[in-house]
Amino acid sequence: MGEPNHLRRLTLIWLIATLVVTPLVVIFVGPIMPPGNASEQSAGHVTDNTVLLGMATPVLLLLLIYLAYAVIFFRQPQGAVLEGPQLRGDTRIQTAWIVVTSLMVLVLAVYGSVRLLADNGAGSGSGPSPVAKPSGPKLPVQVIAQQWEFTYRYPTYGGVETPHLELPRGQMVELHVTSLDVIHSFWAIQLGVKADANPQVDNIAFVKPTDLGRFEVRCSELCGIWHGQMFDYGHVVTPAAFQQWIHQQQVIYAPVTKELPPYKTTYLPEPTRRGE
Amino acid sequence: MSAAAATPAPVAVRPPLWRRLIGFNLLTAVVLGVGGYYLGWFVGHQISSPTFVYEEATNENDVALLLAYLFGVAGFLIGMGFANYPVMRLLGRPPSLREKEEQGISRYFGLCTDHKVVGMQYLIGIGVFFFVGGLNALLIRTELLHDTPTFVGPNQYLSLVGMHGSMMMGMLTSAILGPFANYFVPILIGARRMAFPRIESLTFWLLMAAGFILVSTIFFGGFPTGWTGYEPLNNEAVMGMDSYIIFFALVGVSMALLGLNMLATIITMRAPGMTWSRLPIFVWSVFATAILMVLAAPVLIATLTMAALDRTIGTTFFVAGGGGSSYLFENLFWFFGHPEVYVLALPGFGIVLELLPVFTRKPLWGYRLAVSGMLGVTLLSFLVWQHHLFVSGINADLRPFYMLSTEIISIPTGFIFLCVIGTLWRGRATFAVPMLFCLAWGFNFLIGGVSGVFLSDTPSDTDTHGSFFVMAHFHYTIMGGLVFTFFAAIYYWIPKMTGLRLNERLGKWHFWSMFISFNSTFLPLFALGMKGMPRRVSSYAPDLHGLNVWVSISAFVLGFSMLIFLFNVVYSLIFVRQRAERNPWHSKSIEWQLPSPVPVNDFEQIPTFDNDPYPYGSPSPPHIGDTAPAPAGG
Repeated sequence: MGEPNHLRRLTLIWLIATLVVTPLVVIFVGPIMPPGNASEQSAGHVTDNTVLLGMATPVLLLLLIYLAYAVIFFRQPQGAVLEGPQLRGDTRIQTAWIVVTSLMVLVLAVYGSVRLLADNGAGSGSGPSPVAKPSGPKLPVQVIAQQWEFTYRYPTYGGVETPHLELPRGQMVELHVTSLDVIHSFWAIQLGVKADANPQVDNIAFVKPTDLGRFEVRCSELCGIWHGQMFDYGHVVTPAAFQQWIHQQQVIYAPVTKELPPYKTTYLPEPTRRGE
Repeated sequence: MSAAAATPAPVAVRPPLWRRLIGFNLLTAVVLGVGGYYLGWFVGHQISSPTFVYEEATNENDVALLLAYLFGVAGFLIGMGFANYPVMRLLGRPPSLREKEEQGISRYFGLCTDHKVVGMQYLIGIGVFFFVGGLNALLIRTELLHDTPTFVGPNQYLSLVGMHGSMMMGMLTSAILGPFANYFVPILIGARRMAFPRIESLTFWLLMAAGFILVSTIFFGGFPTGWTGYEPLNNEAVMGMDSYIIFFALVGVSMALLGLNMLATIITMRAPGMTWSRLPIFVWSVFATAILMVLAAPVLIATLTMAALDRTIGTTFFVAGGGGSSYLFENLFWFFGHPEVYVLALPGFGIVLELLPVFTRKPLWGYRLAVSGMLGVTLLSFLVWQHHLFVSGINADLRPFYMLSTEIISIPTGFIFLCVIGTLWRGRATFAVPMLFCLAWGFNFLIGGVSGVFLSDTPSDTDTHGSFFVMAHFHYTIMGGLVFTFFAAIYYWIPKMTGLRLNERLGKWHFWSMFISFNSTFLPLFALGMKGMPRRVSSYAPDLHGLNVWVSISAFVLGFSMLIFLFNVVYSLIFVRQRAERNPWHSKSIEWQLPSPVPVNDFEQIPTFDNDPYPYGSPSPPHIGDTAPAPAGG
């Protein structure tokens, strides 16, 4: 036939590309993957994203290189009307493909599950009774979502409720996310935390902030017309500054705290019917 | 069966105009539809009582609007003539078995039992709503030129988001099954009609009524929930929400009926010799999609019925304060919603695998693998729905299972990719416009699939869930997977459906501008999502402004590329009207052996098959079907 050995050529191109590109992606793109290193959980996500990128890159390269190669070499010669070879399948290739993709899927799923459990839910909302809980002391903070703001309640500090969120650095925080009306989602972007706020549900997420500074909080579930405006900023501060701040809040909001219902994991929501 | 017998076209004497206006046609349907609407509105106000709590306080009456829509749709369908057959049967009179198949252009505006007419109706009807949905998208992108709502405001913005999403996810479920499966599945399996021709027509007119109802939401304040319609936001929304409920329920009915019709046709009406292992791969993809439609759509209808009851008579299925749960809606919705996205993706697989052999001049590589891939996706798509709820706190212990099942579904999807690879291998490809769209599918679906790996991994999904990353992902799989193959099918089959040629050069302009601007629009959305932009927001962080402007401008170019297509259609099919060859792609599939456009009775004799439709590359191709076409005309 005089055809070049396409399989060998493709394998060579792909191998070289993979060996060059994958390390570059892992070394240079991996560390700048969001959400950053502001908490143990977000640092974990950066690692996960890097691993997934590292696994996805060879697959992406294989198919992109193949598509480009096919478009360049597997074409009709100029002006000819030739028929292609009559190939209808190859059991060995199909079996190999199934085995390899199955193995990759298995690795992905095991890796994801292990990371999810080892990292205590990896900052995700894990329901009212998470299977994986961090040991040691935890600071409970309740996140109360309503149209269209988040407020925060600190049950271990007299149940004070404030519109500001400050967290002490290096302290495992137990977030209890709930809603008073519709579904919202509490997304602390740089901390790698996301937990849906459902009425009558106590959705728990764990996070351990490691870096001082500001982080962004956004609602990430459509909750009505001001959904896009439902954002504010939280701060990670030193434990001493946190103590000072929370006592200040207790003093400022003392008159409000008296009027509040006692701390509970969920509150009976306001009626969501029109006109009631 | 007398239904299958060919009846020659009688030379009809045209009755006078007034006689033609009265009867079961589109005009009567509109009149009865409007009448039914006001009747429902009136009845709704009569039966509303103080137990329907919120009516007096808000001056809104959901009972009246829901009844108005239902009565309106019923009136529309009766006016169209859908009640004639059952009524005739009840009265014991012999009904006509094939309706309005011989009447020239007017058959396109009514109930017609010719599957080719229904296919053309679908193509134009869905095209119109696709453009409406696309226009909504451009308005959304115009709003996002600014980081605070300045153009249409937050309320209208959400309505646009909801309409765009519902239009695309609802109407486009039938984007390929509607026009191309209705038109070509009977021909490809050697039948002269669908199993239930009246139901076939019904699915189309139901879908049109649904689309119209969705657009009518703007008269009732729009709806704020997006296409997912989550409770309890759904329950507190204004009357425009009822439009969404009726719209999606009608789409569900249309989908379920369309699916049943396809299954019945493919199972029972295959011509002699058309065994399961000779079925064209496109028909297999329709078969798999139809299974999904039949099993998933009823769940949607039930869910929306519950939502409607919550909104009207005061049940509390989804109201936490009354013992219901917002989780219930999410769970039910996604049990429908995930199969739904494969309803959109699977026909695209079929189109790509059907077209590649024609343009590479090779048999389909790995036929059985492709079939098992499609059926595997069908089965697995019912087992993954809670990956939409990874951070919701629902069944958090089950997340490793849903992670696994979600990732497993990439194995059968991988089969499709392997078949594409194998079919391209050492092929003799020519790059006509349909082939370009198929190759673009390969690129787009690859990006969509790889980004899906990040979403299926729960820790990583914590960042990307509900963000623009998800948005980019499903636009790559649905727009890149469905809309690109939809255009591939249009360019490929229009010469057969109309007998006319589309301009090749304009087609290439359309393809390249669409492919480039599509990627320029949606690739940056991955970055926006990772940088912290949630979905469906009308304001966003100021540092994301530059990227958003880039995306908006790309989206406008994408919109412009659709205008090139529209221009091509108008220019080629209305002005130039160049006759297409009978078989411009030198396909060996049976539909290309028939005249263009296909005559009313498809075949003079039912063909017999003794091979699959891919005998490419063989020096003496085996006989694939005895077509003996009926004389052109009609």
